Formats: sequence, C-alpha cells, structure tokens
Amino acid sequence: MATAVAEQTAVPEVQAFTVTLIIRRFLPEVDEEARWESFDVEVYSTDRILDALHRIKWDQDGSLSFRRSCAHGICGSDAMRINGRNRLACKTLIKDLDISQPIYVEAIKGLPLEKDLIVDMEPFFAAYREVKPFLIANSEPEAGKERRQTIEDRERFDDTTKCILCAACTTSCPVFWTDGQYFGPAAIVNAHRFIFDSRDDAGDVRLDILNDKEGVWRCRTTFNCTDACPRGIQVTQAIADVKQAVLRGRA
Amino acid sequence: MSAVTAPRSEKKPRPGGTLYRGYTGMWSWVLHRITGVAIFFFLLVHILDTALVRVSPEAYNAIMSSYKTPLMGLGEIALVGAIVFHALNGLRIILVDFWSKGVKYQRAMFWVVLGLWVVLMAGFLPRQIINIVLEVNGQ
Repeated sequence: MATAVAEQTAVPEVQAFTVTLIIRRFLPEVDEEARWESFDVEVYSTDRILDALHRIKWDQDGSLSFRRSCAHGICGSDAMRINGRNRLACKTLIKDLDISQPIYVEAIKGLPLEKDLIVDMEPFFAAYREVKPFLIANSEPEAGKERRQTIEDRERFDDTTKCILCAACTTSCPVFWTDGQYFGPAAIVNAHRFIFDSRDDAGDVRLDILNDKEGVWRCRTTFNCTDACPRGIQVTQAIADVKQAVLRGRA
Repeated sequence: MSAVTAPRSEKKPRPGGTLYRGYTGMWSWVLHRITGVAIFFFLLVHILDTALVRVSPEAYNAIMSSYKTPLMGLGEIALVGAIVFHALNGLRIILVDFWSKGVKYQRAMFWVVLGLWVVLMAGFLPRQIINIVLEVNGQ
C-alpha cells in the first residue's frame, strides 16, 4: 500500500537518451568547404534540437555557431534544416524525430553560408524591404482615435500577421534556391499583410511591385513554404491571394 | 565527437548538404518538370520524323518500322506514363491556381492524380505488353 502511494505521488522521471547529431560545419578561417561532423549528446525527452545544440556548444565544442535569441519560437532566429526540412530548432522536440537514426542539422539553403548554421540574411531582408512592409495611409485618423476596421476586414490578413521573418519558408523554396532574384514567400506574405489591410492605401503599389517576372509569378506552388512555416501560416494560399489580386487589379 | 567517427547510419551525408525532403507538393513539381522536359524532347523527335514524309515516304516508312521494336515498346510505356501524369497534374495545378479551394485540397488532389494515373495505366499496359510480346516473337 505504502509503495503504491509512493508510486502515485512520485514525479514521473524524465527519460534520458543518447542521440547522434550530424551537423554541417563550416568555419571560414579553417575550412575550404562545409563538412559534416557528428556529436553524441545525452538529451531528455523534453529537449528540443536547440537544447542539444547548446549541450554541444557548452560541453563538447565551443566553436559550434548558431543563432538563437528567445528560444521560444517568436524571434525567428534559429531556422535551420533538420532532417532535410526547414524547422525552428527551438520548436522541434527531439523525441518527435526518429532517434534511432542520426539527426542531420544544417543551415538553411539558398542564402550565403557565413559560419556553421549561420547564413547571411541580407538578401532575404532586402526582398522584405522592397515590398514596403509598413502602413502607408493617405488619410489621417479621427482626432484622438485610431483607424477603425471591421472584424471581417481584420480577418482578411490575420494569417499573414503571424510572420516572424525566420526565413524558413523562403529558404525551403526550390525556385529561390536557383533564382536568388525571386522575392520569396516571406516577402510576399508581408506584402499580403498590407495589401489586404483596409487601412492601407498603397496596395496597388505593392501589387505592381509583385506583378513581376521575379514576383508572385515565379511561384510554382510546391507548398514547401506552407509545410516549413513554424507559425502555421498558409503561405501558398497568401501567394495565391496576391496572384488573384494582381489579376483582378485590386486587393 | 570527432569528424572521423562513422555515423550509425550506413548512408554518407552529402558534402553539399542533404537533399531537401519536402512533401507531395515538391515531389509532384519535380515529376512535372522531369516529365515536361521528357515530353518536349519526344515532341521534337516526333515532329522531325513526321516531317520526313515530305522528304520521301520511303524514308518515313523506314523510320516508322524501326520504331516497332520491343525496346521502343517499353519507351512508349514510359512516354504514355509521362504524358498521363503531366496532363493530370497539370489539371491539378490549374485547380490550385484558379479554384478558390484548390490550395486547401492540393494534397488530396495529388493522390487523386496518382490514383487516376494507376487506373489509366492499368487500362493501357495489358494491350501494350501484348504488342511487345508479339514483337519479341517476331510477328
């Protein structure tokens, strides 16, 4: 009886296990080109890929470099390719992966590799800036008031407000890998956020920017972006909305 | 720990990075590209050999009879398979672009494409295989 009570009240022990991470390393001072390096790490079932990377950096090899900031899926710093698909390291539980096999971790594809898991994000942000991702309103709101909007009007662009600019979508796109000039899903998502905002007056300007050979028409609907988005944004749907708006000539 | 240690898996990681795994959307696009390019080259050859009839009917007949080999029979299976997939998936892409619910049902539509492809090929294959067997037997 006593043991039964003890079993019930005991905090369930968090299971520990060893996984192998194979990380694509690149140290620009040493390496001519990227190479694979494997690490055995003891992790818990509650750990994420980011925790395993921390454990490697803190206990095994301090030279391992990666970006992370909030570690809770909001800052968008730690997008990387985990087992061949773009994911946030801080939102990927190791126990959800196939841990009988080594886990492959590498930098996102299509942007210049700087070091280990870090890429140069500048081309990504350049495309983002080009779609004017800010409110452009020609009229002043009522004195002392904010700009009003109906619930239905707010709903139209709700999905695309969730973007955290992690670049998981853009760097999952086969078109972007081979054609760096393509705006990419993230820039179109952020254009969508303002094109379909009833308070914004520059929708036609943005539609004009995206009605380009390297704009929305480059999209081949592979749906990699939608699958990669850690925020669950229906990215391909957003691009389709913008395509339709271009065809109609209005948002 | 070290780069020398062999990973547990037999597969060697590619130095250029792994192949992006993607899902049905990406692979249907890859297949669409491959079949599209293959069909383009078929059409190129097809237009050239058909144009031969203007040169001389005998040359045309000679080329046509050279196609009636078991190897070409297998090639025809690949050709029909490629065209059927490209046509069906092309309809899927049109629906993704122009049907308001197309994006939502793109994955289901891909399985429909594959299902229809299997059904259509199942109708074509027996007849074609009989023809190949007849050619092998020299009839």
